[in-house]
Amino acid sequence: MASAEGQQHPLGIYYKIWVLLFVVSFFSYMVDYLNLQGMTRWGLILLFMFVKAGFIIAIFMHMKWERLGLKLAILLPPVFIGVLIWLMAIEGNHTELTRIEFFGESTMVPEEVHH
Amino acid sequence: MSDAATMDGLPGGTKGVVTDFSADRQAFHVPWGKAMMWIFLLSDTFIFSCFLVGYMHVRMAATDPWPFPSEVFALSFGGDPIPLILIAIMTFILITSSGTMALAVNMGYRKNKKATFWLMVATAILGASFVGMQAFEWTKLIVDEGVRPWGNPFGAAQFGSSFFMITGFHGMHVSAGVIYLLVVANRVRNGFYEQRGDNYEIVEIAGLYWHFVDLVWVFIFAFFYLW
Repeated sequence: MASAEGQQHPLGIYYKIWVLLFVVSFFSYMVDYLNLQGMTRWGLILLFMFVKAGFIIAIFMHMKWERLGLKLAILLPPVFIGVLIWLMAIEGNHTELTRIEFFGESTMVPEEVHH
Repeated sequence: MSDAATMDGLPGGTKGVVTDFSADRQAFHVPWGKAMMWIFLLSDTFIFSCFLVGYMHVRMAATDPWPFPSEVFALSFGGDPIPLILIAIMTFILITSSGTMALAVNMGYRKNKKATFWLMVATAILGASFVGMQAFEWTKLIVDEGVRPWGNPFGAAQFGSSFFMITGFHGMHVSAGVIYLLVVANRVRNGFYEQRGDNYEIVEIAGLYWHFVDLVWVFIFAFFYLW
């Protein structure tokens, strides 16, 4: 820690986060491998996703050590994507119901996946 | 270690926000290149969000059953197919490359030219292998399984268009990142930044881009492959 310039941090924290990202990725793969379904599946997928994203932004991208002004300028705007998700979820449901009403239920018989 | 919260005698916390935003010439007390990269990444966040929200919409609105990614992306090595195995390997490769990049940034600030160069090259090689695996995945899907942007045998037609759009745009980002990293790594090696008296901030800026690519993959992995 010779100079006070730039983002200088002990190496240990990078190794810890690195290992943690591996472990959490393994967990999220396990969600699929163990074929969990329903709310357990979606809840765990979202949990592991946000944990990974949070650590990448905070530690690897050094956001944790930036000033609050930069943090807010970058991290606040994406929050509003939530509004778009909400609107498009309503729209998506409406489109599906309209399709079913006018075209009827799907009669498609999907093929098996061959490997 | 620098403490950015109280640098240059400026107040920290919310009072710091007011001071920074009302400053006449410089709002963000970081190198301008870093501020610009962050703003670019913010705009890129919105592009990828639009793709993912669009995918959510078509998946919700599709009346045909959605193909089960776990089966579509399973790979068989002689025996029973293992679900999502290639995607899992790609995920681990990208995380590994994020780690080597984080170390490269650290080594850059320690003025360890050689380590920075080699760690960046390692990151680029891992990135290139990720793109290679993606090319393999696309080929398998298009040639062997007949998935097209306008239809596929396994369910809703929108599956193909969302898949090629989202992973294609991400793969393009990875490819661009590999070139970017190699250019910066070469300049680290030949002393370009040293002569200019830079503090290897450029390595951190390139690192931000690379971590962002990994970050986007976290969301694609969760929403497209696992959901």
